Amino acid sequence: MHPFSFHAAATEQEAIAEAAAGGRYIAGGTTLVDLMREEVERPRRLIDINRLPLRDVHVQDDGLVIGALARMSDVARDPATAQVQPLIVDALVEGASPQIRNMASIGGNLLQRVRCSYFRTLDAPCNKRTPGSGCSAIGGANSGHALFGTSVHCVATHPSDLAVALVALDAVILTRGPGGARRFPVEALYRMPGETPHLEHTLEPGEMIVEIRVPHGSYARRARYLKVRDRASYEFAVVSVAVAMDIDGGIVRDVRLAAGGVGTMPWRLRGSEAVLTGRQSGRAAWRDAAERAIDGAQPLVGNHFKVELLRRTVVRALEMVGGAA
Amino acid sequence: MAAGSAALGVADLPTDAAGPQTAEIELIVNGRSRRLELDTRTSLLDALREHLQLTGTKKGCNQGACGACTVLLDGRRVNSCLTLALMHDGAHITTVEGLARGDALHPVQAAFIEHDGFQCGYCTPGQIMSAVACIAEGHTGSDDEIRAWMSGNICRCGAYPGIVAAVAQAARAG
Repeated sequence: MHPFSFHAAATEQEAIAEAAAGGRYIAGGTTLVDLMREEVERPRRLIDINRLPLRDVHVQDDGLVIGALARMSDVARDPATAQVQPLIVDALVEGASPQIRNMASIGGNLLQRVRCSYFRTLDAPCNKRTPGSGCSAIGGANSGHALFGTSVHCVATHPSDLAVALVALDAVILTRGPGGARRFPVEALYRMPGETPHLEHTLEPGEMIVEIRVPHGSYARRARYLKVRDRASYEFAVVSVAVAMDIDGGIVRDVRLAAGGVGTMPWRLRGSEAVLTGRQSGRAAWRDAAERAIDGAQPLVGNHFKVELLRRTVVRALEMVGGAA
Repeated sequence: MAAGSAALGVADLPTDAAGPQTAEIELIVNGRSRRLELDTRTSLLDALREHLQLTGTKKGCNQGACGACTVLLDGRRVNSCLTLALMHDGAHITTVEGLARGDALHPVQAAFIEHDGFQCGYCTPGQIMSAVACIAEGHTGSDDEIRAWMSGNICRCGAYPGIVAAVAQAARAG
């Protein structure tokens, strides 16, 4: 690990000023400390923001409010969250291990970096780690990589389960930074790799995620996060699907769908939502939605199986929420 | 896999990087206040093992995958390898050395012995600390629930049946 100086910020203003001057925020640290030890990340100054009062989780008239420094486990066991947004609890509990969920913050979860093994291996070319060095995954081991949003420069999947649920639910991020306060959809936090895979998010230098807001929706209480992976727990998704659906009188009134493990960012399935909205619920609709979900998939040599797996995972998730009839 | 200095990105390293930096903190470990002067890079795990000689907490993968380094931080189970000691000034840490009362083993320790919840024993301190928390959290309603909520602790010997039985028994006795 490279040497760095360390400062625990007492106030948000102080933290933002330090970060604007080149410091790097640290919250739970479960991604950053690991990558610093691997020397993939080499910050020269860390700004500990854990003392800032950004841990509150509560429900208000227009939705659920989650402080960015709340820990994954705090949100997962919050009764109000379970009541209004069970999809979020589902996605949180399916992610990481109990120990990591006790450490990892919600803001940090959204900003976690990719798990591509080449990104973490210093002697392998990786455009995300060393821009211009090449992508080892495209001609290498890529069974875990993305079907959507890829470029010739990077094919790594975004690893967060929570982000998939938040993108499905039209959640919004509130930030504060040197340029003031901003508010934008979680989906707009992410950048596809394109020509610049080393740029993963749209935050400005020194900008801090302070809160997540999840609007109420008629679909929210009938929801499920289905995660398919190589072991039963404590593993990243091969494919995952978040579904929240409002069915009334056998008709799909409103639905939100997103997938994980298949995109370079959390992948909203708007085409599938359009197929389902207004349809009679049931297998025929689920199959059509799944067919639409795989539209535009660009499989690599090693991950062809994910196309069929995504199709089946969409059907299964819809069955679990909307019935198998 | 191609190698080369371009891929290493060594040229990107700041040549004027500051040298090692230290800071002083207090940790309350197993009820006892300990003041430490530490390199900023010191993990909580290394602070315990290398600076306080509490070697019960094990270093397995050192990347948050195995759970051998599990301790209680202000009562919550965490991977001590994945966090910097400096982030926990004033915190209460409980390690496996802090469970027994004199010669009387903690009920979870006794249950692991009774059910052969280990073979080589390397993962055992982490398993036991995780189990203490798992029971306190109330995630012991069934063997499946125990397996899911103990899944952050890997046992390469495969002593899982004994571990699950030990956690279930300690939870019942709780």
